[in-house]
Amino acid sequence: MSKPTPTKPSGGGDQDPRIGVYVCHCGLNIAQSVDCKRVAQKAESEKGVVLSKDIVYACSEPGQQEIKQDIIDKGLDRVVIASCSPRLHEPTFKKMIDSVGLNPYMLDMANLREQCSWVHMEDKESATQKAETLVNMSVARVRDLEPLYEETLPLTKKTLVIGGGVAGIQAALDLADSGYEVTLVEKNPSIGGVMAQIDKTFPTMDCSI
Amino acid sequence: MTDVGRHPRIKLLTLSEVVDVKGYVGNFKIKILKKARYVDETSCTACGDCAEVCPVVRPDEFNVGLGSRKAIYSPFAQAVPSSYLINSKECLGHNPAVCSKCVDVCAKGCIDFHMSDEEIIEEVGTIVVATGLTPYDPTEMDEYGYTRFENVLTSLEFERLVNAGGPTKGEMIRPSDRNHPKSVGFIQCVGSRSAKKGGHYCSNICCMNTVKSSLIIKEHYPDVEVKVFYIDIRAFGKGFEDLYTRSRRMGTQYIRGLPGSVEETDEGTMRVAVENAATGKLEFHELDMLVLAQGMKPAPSTQRLQEIMGLQLTSDGFYLEAHPKLQPVDAATRGIFFAGCAEGPKDIKESVTQASAAAMRAIRLMHKGEITSEPITSTIITEKCKACGKCADVCPYNAISVDVKAKKPAVVNTAACAGCGTCAAECRFDAISMNHFTDTQIINQVDTMLDEAPENKILTFACNWCSYAGADYAGVSRLQYPANVHLIRVMCSGRVDEKFVWEGFRKGAPVVLVSGCHIGDCHYIDANHWTEKRVARIHKKMERIGIRSERLQLEWISAAEGIRFAETMKKMEAIRQSVTAEEIAETQSILSNL
Repeated sequence: MSKPTPTKPSGGGDQDPRIGVYVCHCGLNIAQSVDCKRVAQKAESEKGVVLSKDIVYACSEPGQQEIKQDIIDKGLDRVVIASCSPRLHEPTFKKMIDSVGLNPYMLDMANLREQCSWVHMEDKESATQKAETLVNMSVARVRDLEPLYEETLPLTKKTLVIGGGVAGIQAALDLADSGYEVTLVEKNPSIGGVMAQIDKTFPTMDCSI
Repeated sequence: MTDVGRHPRIKLLTLSEVVDVKGYVGNFKIKILKKARYVDETSCTACGDCAEVCPVVRPDEFNVGLGSRKAIYSPFAQAVPSSYLINSKECLGHNPAVCSKCVDVCAKGCIDFHMSDEEIIEEVGTIVVATGLTPYDPTEMDEYGYTRFENVLTSLEFERLVNAGGPTKGEMIRPSDRNHPKSVGFIQCVGSRSAKKGGHYCSNICCMNTVKSSLIIKEHYPDVEVKVFYIDIRAFGKGFEDLYTRSRRMGTQYIRGLPGSVEETDEGTMRVAVENAATGKLEFHELDMLVLAQGMKPAPSTQRLQEIMGLQLTSDGFYLEAHPKLQPVDAATRGIFFAGCAEGPKDIKESVTQASAAAMRAIRLMHKGEITSEPITSTIITEKCKACGKCADVCPYNAISVDVKAKKPAVVNTAACAGCGTCAAECRFDAISMNHFTDTQIINQVDTMLDEAPENKILTFACNWCSYAGADYAGVSRLQYPANVHLIRVMCSGRVDEKFVWEGFRKGAPVVLVSGCHIGDCHYIDANHWTEKRVARIHKKMERIGIRSERLQLEWISAAEGIRFAETMKKMEAIRQSVTAEEIAETQSILSNL
């Protein structure tokens, strides 16, 4: 996919935050116990929120496309995705906003599925109220997020293997055969470890050395 | 083994030990002590002339003392390197008047008594820890009479006894009279699955090792009677059940029950008393030789290396992996991997599999030639830093250095920092900002949560790896719990600053829960120890200023404990209901007057 040029520089800086909020239905997973439209509407009035809407599947291709277009059109500089657990889709949405020029760390996810709709299925009103609070908490957090950058450091392409038993031998050979330098340290006068002392080995019943 | 000795990219250092590890992933600096061999490794041809003339005879370690060797020796025939070595403590010395016979006969002049220990520095990007195991020493299990009775052997001794390269050239004889035994017994789980002696865990290999030994006996000596005393036979691996079946078919008797005592008869046979679980009767078996299927213990160097490298151990003393299912070969410290029995008892196949996995994990990290570091690290606000050194004390990764004497502000090594945030929570001067989990960001969440109807809410801090994941698991399992629970995710419970808790109470929270990984399971080595200490500190303070300490709870909930999470939330709700509006108002007034 070609990278659209962002209309605004990525987040941070002194200008007021421009937050986009997306309340995902996750089909019926969230929508069956949370009134997603109401949650989105409630977030609209929060400070810094430029746009707040509900969306059927945020992670789907059309869903992501819609969010990306909004980021460009409305000049959003940070995003709240209220959907599943960040442990599931945070990498997806980080990539998504990165692809339209936002810093990937200018994102927060409100966990409306694993920690709301699925665990409060009996009480739609309470679940919706909780969802509203969770989204507003995310908005409050995202307002103060700052762009972060991964650092690249040099590395020595060499491995130390401690122990020259069967495991150390195998690891050293695999690494060395793959082109890496290996230093194998063994405290005894010979490698081989306990394996070398064993006569025959199961399940093949052949000798160990 | 010989491939290792010949490989152009493997530098083999034997008689060597790692004495220090500095640095971090991608850039470790290792100090190795290489002890003197006194024989030039490169020119020794292992002809053995030296050993022939050496007058010093000592028990041979490789044959677990069943054979002998000289003070100048090769550990075993296929040793790599093949070069001989001198045990300097046993050697009579290089004084020609005393001995030096080996020097005289060595045609190539390989022997050098002036060789000294060397210190070697290696710079590496990754480390594979494959320190292996030590067999359990059954001497303490006096009921089996090991070391009291000559014909009671360990399984490793038995291996050497039936090995063609062993002291008897593979002939199975019993030690007391050098006769062929007519019956051999095996006692299983010696040092395994016992709460009292050895380890409480299963050593994984002893069942199959005994099955194998029974087959070897039956193949070479079909008339020898073989009896195995066991609790369970665990033949779980590929092809194992076949071997077990074969062993039984060849006549090995498997008797369910561990012997209570072993006595020696006048003929030197062993009289074994056992309660046979199948019949419920006490039986006596007379056996010419008894083999104890010894379990596995971690190698003796394990703890020392653990301290040097800042790794973690399980309660059994083996290394603890980053995650038992998803990162089974990674250490919690990036760039360090485990292979073989260092991580837990394993057979050869499993050790080899894990070693290949460890090599792959190391390659995955190194192949780009550079590493990117996650920016969720701590940042020192130098103007505020008082160089007290607290942050460096609490950092599980030694990622912070502070010159306390010179009062120089702390410096974070971002490559070594894993981002737990404990330093930021412990800094009394607010001089540390935790990227992506700053005080402001978290307090914003607390405040927003408690904006409306705080008296109904349960403020919960959950660590990303365990408790938050446990909450997710409760969701996946559709476990229902009160809807007033609201989570704030932090990377580690160690990040939960005192002021977050006070802010919660100040804003009218009836209860606060701090939750993290179980002690010993922390994803940041031991950062949750600081959580524990901190919560204890806050509890004391609460009592002192007149706030019911029960209102702040600490719970350890793992990623797999969805039920525990839901139960904990119900418990929190019960505590919340006990907090009245008056109590909340009183707390708020106490805190505002501080």
